[in-house]
Amino acid sequence: MDHVKPKFATAWLGGCSGCHMSFLDLDERLIDLAGLVDICYSPILDVKEFPEVDIVLVEGAVANEDHLKEIRRIRQRSKVLIAFGDCAVTGNVTAMRNLFSIEDVLNRAYRENSLVVSGVPLENGIIPKLLDRVLRIQDVVTVDHFLPGCPPSPDAIHDFVVELLAGNTPTAQGRKFGS
Amino acid sequence: MTRILIQPVTRIEGHAKISIQLDQSGAVQSAKFHVVEFRGFEKLCEGRPFQEMPGLMSRVCGICPVSHVLASSKAGDMLLDVAIPPAAIKQRRLMNYAQVLQSHALSFFHLSSPDLLLGMDAPAADRNIFGLIKRDESFVRRGIRLRQFGQRVIEVVGGKRIHPGWSGPGGVHQRFTTERRDEILGWIPEATGSVLMALDRLKGLLDSFAVEVEHLGNFPSLFLGTVNEDGQLEYYDGTIRIVDGRGNAIAEGLDPKRYFTYLGEASEDDSFMKYPFYQPFGYPQGHYRVGPLARLNVAKSAGTPQADREMREFKQRGNGTVCASFHYHLARLIEMLHCVERIDELMADAELFGENIKAKASLNRREGVGSCEAPRGTLFHHYWVDGEGRMTNANLLIATAQNKQGMNLAVDQAARHFLKPGLNGDGFADGMLNRLEAAIRCYDPCLSCSTHALGQMPLVVELIGEDGTRRQIVRE
Repeated sequence: MDHVKPKFATAWLGGCSGCHMSFLDLDERLIDLAGLVDICYSPILDVKEFPEVDIVLVEGAVANEDHLKEIRRIRQRSKVLIAFGDCAVTGNVTAMRNLFSIEDVLNRAYRENSLVVSGVPLENGIIPKLLDRVLRIQDVVTVDHFLPGCPPSPDAIHDFVVELLAGNTPTAQGRKFGS
Repeated sequence: MTRILIQPVTRIEGHAKISIQLDQSGAVQSAKFHVVEFRGFEKLCEGRPFQEMPGLMSRVCGICPVSHVLASSKAGDMLLDVAIPPAAIKQRRLMNYAQVLQSHALSFFHLSSPDLLLGMDAPAADRNIFGLIKRDESFVRRGIRLRQFGQRVIEVVGGKRIHPGWSGPGGVHQRFTTERRDEILGWIPEATGSVLMALDRLKGLLDSFAVEVEHLGNFPSLFLGTVNEDGQLEYYDGTIRIVDGRGNAIAEGLDPKRYFTYLGEASEDDSFMKYPFYQPFGYPQGHYRVGPLARLNVAKSAGTPQADREMREFKQRGNGTVCASFHYHLARLIEMLHCVERIDELMADAELFGENIKAKASLNRREGVGSCEAPRGTLFHHYWVDGEGRMTNANLLIATAQNKQGMNLAVDQAARHFLKPGLNGDGFADGMLNRLEAAIRCYDPCLSCSTHALGQMPLVVELIGEDGTRRQIVRE
C-alpha cells in the first residue's frame, strides 16, 4: 500500500535552541521518527525556504522583523502549528528584555560594555530590526497546540508527536516538562 | 549610487549572513560574516539576585548550557569570595567534559559529517544527517549514541540534560553517588571506539579535502586558550596562554579573572556579535581564535595517553601552530577522545563522591568573574552587584564571538578562492556556496548561528558592486 508520510518540520525564532537540542535528545528514536514522517525542513537540514508541511514545531519567541515575517509564512504553509517550548508559549527568557527599552538593551551590550565603539548594530540594511516588544507566537498567529517546557523533555516531545501522528489530540499530560 | 536589494525569501533559520564585496571586474574583493540575532542578557539580568544567574544565563545557549552554568557559578563563587569543596570542583569538571563531548559530537556527526562523507557538492536535499542515515546508518547511530553518552552524564549528574540547575555560587546542589557510577563506566568502551572510528574516517578523508584544508580559512593568527600548571589541556580552571601563528608564546600565565586588562571588545554596526581583541596588539590587529584548534595549539600536551598520541601527530600538521580552519574538525575529535578519557578517570576519583558539596557564605564582593573552556572556546562571565546582591551589570564574553574575526577571514578567503571572477552572481553553484558555509561550520558557531543554522544558515550572499550597488542572492 502506498502511504504518503506526513511532512514534518521544525523551525527556530528567538530562543536558545535548547528545545531543538531536546528534540535531538530523542537520540536513536530520531531514526525511527525519520521512518514515520518526511522531515522536510529544520535547522539541521540544508533546505532554505519553508515548504508546505503537515506539522511544524516552532521554537522561540518573535523578537525581530525577520521572525515576524517567518512565523506568518510558517502559519500560511502549515496545517498544524505547535508552539514548542516556553519561549514560544509564553515569551519566557527571550521576552525578559521587554522590561527595558531597546535603546537601553543595545547600549548596555554595545556601548557601555565595549572598549572600542565603531557603531551600534541598528538599521543598516543587513541585520533585522528588533521589535519594541518580544511577542509570543500566539500574539501573531493562531497556534494549534502548546508544548511547554524549558525545554520540553525528549519523552514529552516523543509522546506528543506520536499522539499527533495517531490522529489524537495530544494533552501534554502525564510526562510533562520537569519530570 | 544605486542600491539594489533583492530581498531574501524570508527565512529565519539563518541568524547570520555573509556579504561579499566585488571589484570593478566582478572579482571578489572581500567578504564578511554578520550575526543577526540578539537577546540582550547583559541588560535583562539587571535587578535580579546573582544566585539566580546560573539558571538564567544557562538560557543563553541550549547547546552548551553547562558551560554557561559553570562560568556563572564561578563568578558567583568570587562574589561570595569562597574556595569551594573538592567534590563540587570534580562534579563541575565532569560536567564540562560531558558538555564538550556532546557538543562536539553534535558538530561533527549531526552537522558537518554530511559535508565530509557525502561531499561538499552532494545535492542539498540529501546533505544532512537523515540523508546520511540512508548511506551509512551505523555511522550516524554511533554519532547519535556518542552525543547521547555526553548528555546522559549531564542528566545523571545534573538531573536534566539541558539547562541543569545543579550548580550555583559556592558549589553544587546535589551529591554524586557511587551507585550511578557504573552506568557511566559502562559507556566508556563504546564511546572510545566511536571517537577512534570517527578519527580514522576523518583522517582517511583529508587528502580528498586538500583544497578545502588550504583555502577554507588557512591563515596565521593569535590563538588563545586555558592550560593547567603543566601546560596541558584544561577546561575548568587554569591560566590563559596566547600563541602566534608560528607557535611563539605571546603571553602566558594570564589570570582569566582579569581578562578585561588584556582583552577588549569592539562594536561595529554590521553585526550583533562584538569583536574581541588582545589589547596589547590593538583593534583589529589583536584578533585571536579560540576553541578546539586554539586549545590544541596553546597546550603542550593533552595529559591523557590516547589524546596525547593523537595530539603529537596533529601538531605535525602545522609549523609551530596548525592554522587551517578545516582542522577544527580534527581538533574537535581529539578533544572528544580526551574528554572520554577524563570522564573515565574521574569515575575512579574518590573526591568526586564527597559529601561536602557547597561552601556557604554571604555576599563579600561587588564584582565577580567566572571563566571556563566552553566547547567553542574560552567563556567569561563578569558580574557587578549592589549591596543586596542584585545584578547591576553583566558582561559576557562568548566563545563564538572571539572567533568572529577568524570566521570573517575564513569566509573572505573561501570567497576569493571558490567564487571566480567573471561570474555575475546568478550562476554560483550550490556546492560553491556550501563551501562558504563550510568555512563557517569549521568554527561550529554557537547560539544564533549554531544548530546547523548554518547548513541552514543564511545564505543570503550579498554582492556589493564597486559602485556600491548591492544585490542579494538567496540560496535555494
